[in-house]
Amino acid sequence: MSVIIILVIVGIIVAGGFLLGFIWAVRNGQYDDMYSPGVRVLFEDPGKRDSEDQIPDTLNEKEKTNISDK
Amino acid sequence: MELQKFTYDNRLSNMFLWATVIWGVVGMLVGLTAAFELIMPNMSGNISWLVFSRIRPVHTNAAIFAFVGNGIFTAIYYSTPRLLKTPMYSKLLGNIHFWGWQLIIVLAAVTLPFGLTQSKEYAELIWPIDVLVVLIWVVFGLNLIMTMVKRRVKHIYVSIWFYIATWVTIAVLYITNNLAIPVSWSMSYPIYAGIQDALVQWWYGHNAVAFFLTTPVLGMMYYFVPKASNRPIYSYKLSIIHFWALIFLYIWAGPHHLLYSALPDWAQALGVVFSVMLIAPSWGGMINGLLTLRGAWDKVREDPVLKMMVVAVTAYGMSTFEGPMLSLKSVNALSHFTDWTIAHVHIGTLGWNSMMNFGMIYWLVPRLFKTKLYSVKLANVHFWIATLGMLFFSIPLYFAGFTQALMWKQFTEEGFLAYPNFLETVTQILPMYHLRAFGGSLYFIGALLFVYNVVKTAMAGSLVRYESDEAPAKAEPKHKEGWHRALEGRPLQFTVASLVVILIGGLIEIVPMYLVKSNVPTISSVKPYTPLELEGRDIYVKEGCYLCHSQMIRPFRSETERYGEYTKAGETVYDFPFQFGSKRTGPDLAREGVKTLPNYKPDSWHFNHMMDPQKVSPESIMPAYPWLAENEIDLSLTPAKINAMIKLGVPYSEGYADQAVADLNAQAEKIAAGLQASGIQVDKNKEIIALIAYLQRLGTDIYTTK
Repeated sequence: MSVIIILVIVGIIVAGGFLLGFIWAVRNGQYDDMYSPGVRVLFEDPGKRDSEDQIPDTLNEKEKTNISDK
Repeated sequence: MELQKFTYDNRLSNMFLWATVIWGVVGMLVGLTAAFELIMPNMSGNISWLVFSRIRPVHTNAAIFAFVGNGIFTAIYYSTPRLLKTPMYSKLLGNIHFWGWQLIIVLAAVTLPFGLTQSKEYAELIWPIDVLVVLIWVVFGLNLIMTMVKRRVKHIYVSIWFYIATWVTIAVLYITNNLAIPVSWSMSYPIYAGIQDALVQWWYGHNAVAFFLTTPVLGMMYYFVPKASNRPIYSYKLSIIHFWALIFLYIWAGPHHLLYSALPDWAQALGVVFSVMLIAPSWGGMINGLLTLRGAWDKVREDPVLKMMVVAVTAYGMSTFEGPMLSLKSVNALSHFTDWTIAHVHIGTLGWNSMMNFGMIYWLVPRLFKTKLYSVKLANVHFWIATLGMLFFSIPLYFAGFTQALMWKQFTEEGFLAYPNFLETVTQILPMYHLRAFGGSLYFIGALLFVYNVVKTAMAGSLVRYESDEAPAKAEPKHKEGWHRALEGRPLQFTVASLVVILIGGLIEIVPMYLVKSNVPTISSVKPYTPLELEGRDIYVKEGCYLCHSQMIRPFRSETERYGEYTKAGETVYDFPFQFGSKRTGPDLAREGVKTLPNYKPDSWHFNHMMDPQKVSPESIMPAYPWLAENEIDLSLTPAKINAMIKLGVPYSEGYADQAVADLNAQAEKIAAGLQASGIQVDKNKEIIALIAYLQRLGTDIYTTK
């Protein structure tokens, strides 16, 4: 059953990777604010929606040409 | 701070959405066909690529990777840019991802029905497609991670965490489980054998459920439930806690698929303990999803999107309660190999996954096409049909599962099996199979209404390809001094890069060495398969026999009485891949070849049974496999197969490959002559001869010494 050893090693590598991610997240301040992230998702201004015929000016030239080709 | 303007491109999200819709219908239609084939075994009309055992993997793969997969990508490509306030990193990578993924699906659909399979459940795809999957997955990951790097908000919303965990873990699982030695372009042998292969497979199999059907869908839930209800998530803190707990626990739960097998007890116990602990984070997610709707239940009454999501999250809660229960050894002793498992997974897929997909798409299509949903009424009808369909599907299968379990284990007062004929336990549950097919039909009709509704919606509007947004630039991180500075600056790339390097490099080097050594049998009477048996085994794999027949006798009196001595780990050391199976629609075959057991059948019986099962057992629901008597054994690969086996540590003598075909012919001639003596005319080079040779070998090794 030597494959168990391999799976445990792989499992520990994955879990270790997650642990690094977790430590990074905490030290990065990801979890300092536990309230506003939940609310911020809801802020999305529907007034800024463009349809296809209104090419937004934030696109570069190449992208604009691509659209007008269609 | 200066505001930066940027643009979201909805194109890829829209493409993935329609792929979800199309493959959803296809996957469900194949599933429905499979359900009907179980009650009308010869419905496939002797067409090999339509038979149940060939299309069942098409159904599972389509449902998981095509329907749920494209749904996940729709959600990711829509929500990630909005959450991170930046467009996706690369349109090119996105396009490669989309078309590559669809190509994989098409390739799966044109290989699986033709018996090109690795036989590992949900990892059936042959090795060239596996390579493609890994490549496309890397492309997807690169796009996702680089979008994170370019984000304008410092904070990473919980959905993104779920997406990242999905990407990392699926990469690791998929590569580990699919390591194989190719024999030809369409055929390979896994580097693990028997019980070891089983452990790797179910470690993968369970985590495919965890990291493909659960984490990304939770990410979806955390974005789309708040959006659809216009309520913030009930507790952001809980979402973070349950995310980390969930991913740390899930990776250890795999062994619960192998309870009472030859797996060491401590490993089984580990699987059980982690599975039970999983209730906590899973219910954390369910509670968080449902409580998000506090104060919005009036909306749920009217909005089909929210209705679907409520049923989805509830189904998630139910199946994540049931999962740990099924992992308890005493429950598993009953449930394993029965249709209980099928009922359980369909609460997960029809309830949780599909309802989330439906809900998301009903919400998204009107937004992508700047219009209103074509018919809310129709969506409500779909909701009710789908919910009823799910219940009509699962509840009868629960009863079927309980019935099977109890009948298999029932003894008479005299101490004999009450139902020694396995077929009795099948005919008993046939009414339940009819109800299941009815439930499946309802669900499918619902899905058709869904397609009509979203197509009509899209036609009423026009695609909003671009949406602009603005956000302040992300503040530059303040660099700290010290050795870990580089690591902190690029934590994800670092983790991912090291994972990939370690896994690919390390595993390919270390694993075969380890395994070849441990394949030395501990039971001296266990010998490698003869070339003919090996060919027969590959045909067994190709036809998908394992989808209805297990080869794993558990150490219960009810099983050893019925099937013979329980399966030992040492008996499986030459089984590349393992064939334990996961359900018993037919009887276990682990000791099919043992002449002294009550279930022994002669060669002629096997021949007649394969040609026409109902002629041998009138009530059987097994389909016929007449092409086995027409197709010839492919001898061109036999030497290569033997050489691959030698590489894997199977003790054939050096140079045996040259002699293999001659040995194969000699054994085949004997079987054909035996059949002729029973009045059956069949050429010795037909597939059925090899299959009979394999079946007659099954489980005999440890009986020869007795």
